[in-house]
Amino acid sequence: MNAVTLHHVTKRYGARTILDDVSLAIPAGQTVALIGPSGGGKSTLLRCINGLTTFDAGGIHVGQHLLMPRTSRETASAVRRMFGMIFQDFQLFPHLTALENVMEAPLQVLKQPRAAAREEAQRLLARVGLAERADHYPRQLSGGQKQRVAIARALAMKPQGLLCDEITSALDPELKCEVLDTLQELRSDGLTLIVVTHEMGFARRAADQVAVLADGRVIEYGSPDKVLENPQVERTQKFLRQVLA
Amino acid sequence: MPRLHVLVWLGIVCLPLGAAQATAADLPPLRYGADAEGGAPYIFLDPANPSRTQGFEVDLAAALATELGREINFSQKNYENLVLYLERGEVDFVMNGLEVTADRVERLRMSRPYYVYTLQLVGRAGETRFVTLDQLQTLGLTVGTLNETAASRLLKQRGISVAEYDSQAEPYLDLALGRVDAVLLDLPIAEYYARPNPRLQFLGEPLAPGHYALAFRKSDEALAAQFDAALLKLAQRGELERIYRKWNIWNDDQLQLADPNLQPLVAGASSQAMTFTRYLPLLLDGAQMTILLSVCSMALAVLIGLVVAVMRLYGPLPLKFLAVTYVEFFRGIPVLLLLYVLYFGISPIIFRLLGVSLGEWERILVGIVAFGLNYAAYEAEIYRAGISSIPQGQWEAAASLGMNKATTFRRIILPQTWRVVLPPMTNDFVALFKDTSIVSVIAVVELTKQYQMLAKSSMKYVEIGLATAVLYLLMSVPLGYLSRWLEKRLGKE
Repeated sequence: MNAVTLHHVTKRYGARTILDDVSLAIPAGQTVALIGPSGGGKSTLLRCINGLTTFDAGGIHVGQHLLMPRTSRETASAVRRMFGMIFQDFQLFPHLTALENVMEAPLQVLKQPRAAAREEAQRLLARVGLAERADHYPRQLSGGQKQRVAIARALAMKPQGLLCDEITSALDPELKCEVLDTLQELRSDGLTLIVVTHEMGFARRAADQVAVLADGRVIEYGSPDKVLENPQVERTQKFLRQVLA
Repeated sequence: MPRLHVLVWLGIVCLPLGAAQATAADLPPLRYGADAEGGAPYIFLDPANPSRTQGFEVDLAAALATELGREINFSQKNYENLVLYLERGEVDFVMNGLEVTADRVERLRMSRPYYVYTLQLVGRAGETRFVTLDQLQTLGLTVGTLNETAASRLLKQRGISVAEYDSQAEPYLDLALGRVDAVLLDLPIAEYYARPNPRLQFLGEPLAPGHYALAFRKSDEALAAQFDAALLKLAQRGELERIYRKWNIWNDDQLQLADPNLQPLVAGASSQAMTFTRYLPLLLDGAQMTILLSVCSMALAVLIGLVVAVMRLYGPLPLKFLAVTYVEFFRGIPVLLLLYVLYFGISPIIFRLLGVSLGEWERILVGIVAFGLNYAAYEAEIYRAGISSIPQGQWEAAASLGMNKATTFRRIILPQTWRVVLPPMTNDFVALFKDTSIVSVIAVVELTKQYQMLAKSSMKYVEIGLATAVLYLLMSVPLGYLSRWLEKRLGKE
């Protein structure tokens, strides 16, 4: 079964076509790495999947919900409940502690009782290795810690998967590992992960499928072995040469 | 007795009054201080030619100039501070319906009286409940008058509830509107403002006579003596009668002005030395009113400001337009104007429709609403900037967690906005504490007004001024600390 299916999705900004008739199926429980040159449409694709960005044509199935160019607010919000999103620049809520960041959506959206939300939040922070930092404000945390709080915050809504938008790009190399390790653990829990990344090592090691986006199109799709080791398309070959050089 | 009639501030208008004759040509012109802002019939702007002053004191100054053979120029000064300007030497004497009081005799060189005033009680046409002050007191009714006048002192001595105004037109306006039950003021004022108004009527006989005199510095004894002699001559020659008849304020009481042995009537026992323990409670009352006005106005401003800011940022086009109009309008007009329009124009209609009367609370309410509306325009702009400064990513992060727009705004955006807007809001709040002093134009006595009244009656401008400043600081400094503490608590990035 597919967690997410894109049908001929097209997205334009004025005269520029960002996504050009993209169709793609992402099986439930798999980890898919979206790679490709900057400006290829990776982030836009991700944002379209949870309704943060609208598109001009086509449709996206997320579970049983269908996102269309004019999607109702209800559908968008239902889709967002299925997929959490992690941002490159964390976007933690600065006026709340790590624990409160994690508790906020369960309290406000799921209307969980405070005690239950707190217990769950503490469990999630422990899971990303930050039990000790629960009462710290975001400004008191390192970049890697912030990103792990962001992951815990997304998990608190019990999503079926996560959309990760270059979540290690703003981090120092030694901090990247802690975040990527966390992702790998989630993968083994059966979450569907759609990961926009420049980390070819991570893509090779952790992804079930790799999709290469360039100029708004999926130019190659398949297992890491196939796509990364033996690319068929010239554009992919050129891209890989550049990033691996 | 200034204010209204002319909302344009005058600046200093100097008009040569008497054609000075050659004898004293070497001497510099004398300057006399008075307030022409709404000061009829003493001195006021000619409605037909507002660059000219007129009034019975203007005519008297001209007569004195001729008599003394010396030019006398009028210098516009704020009524509250006439005596201060005299002491500072900015004017040579003051002539503006100053009553001879024990305090003034002690401190200044008061001239011979130039007018015998009496106090006239005025009520609404058809008033049947009372004609005397005693009846007013028994009925527990409120009487409007000017602050720091013989009338206000008399009313307070009799234990009658008083509404004190800054200028003389407003008490009669409020009387006609039913906000006070009677007005007690000097006869010349009543003659000018109440007599022609068919909705008002004089009640009983004039009472409590007293004398108006010119005020000089004690050190200017020689000059004052010249004026004494000149005033006596004008009275004996019938010149005063001519002037006062012209202004319809002549009566038999004035005959005594021609008596060389006339002893001045000293009104009001010397205000018992205005000691710290005596004025502090009054200042504290004023401070209480200032706090009430500021806190309520600010609360209203925050509420309206937030709504206007949200309308402008997220509302549909008509609401956006409405919000912009609101800000431009209320930011653009002076609060003073707003106070007048609300108090004399809109509020009477509303309260008549509602059929309720709030008594003196109506004034306070109008003050709060005026400042609330005015400051809301500033707050709206601050909030708009503050809300816009929160990164779009915060909205997206909240949306990706399933929060709707309203929840996101309330739980995520607004708390961060407070942190950003706190410093400018604190600024506004402190400014408001001081700005609220304008409400004295509708007879609300807050700290600044209380200070002016106390200082004027006791002449302790510096001492009471320092005490007042300390009170203002006691209000504003903790506010600054509170703001910084809150800012920290809301998580400075």
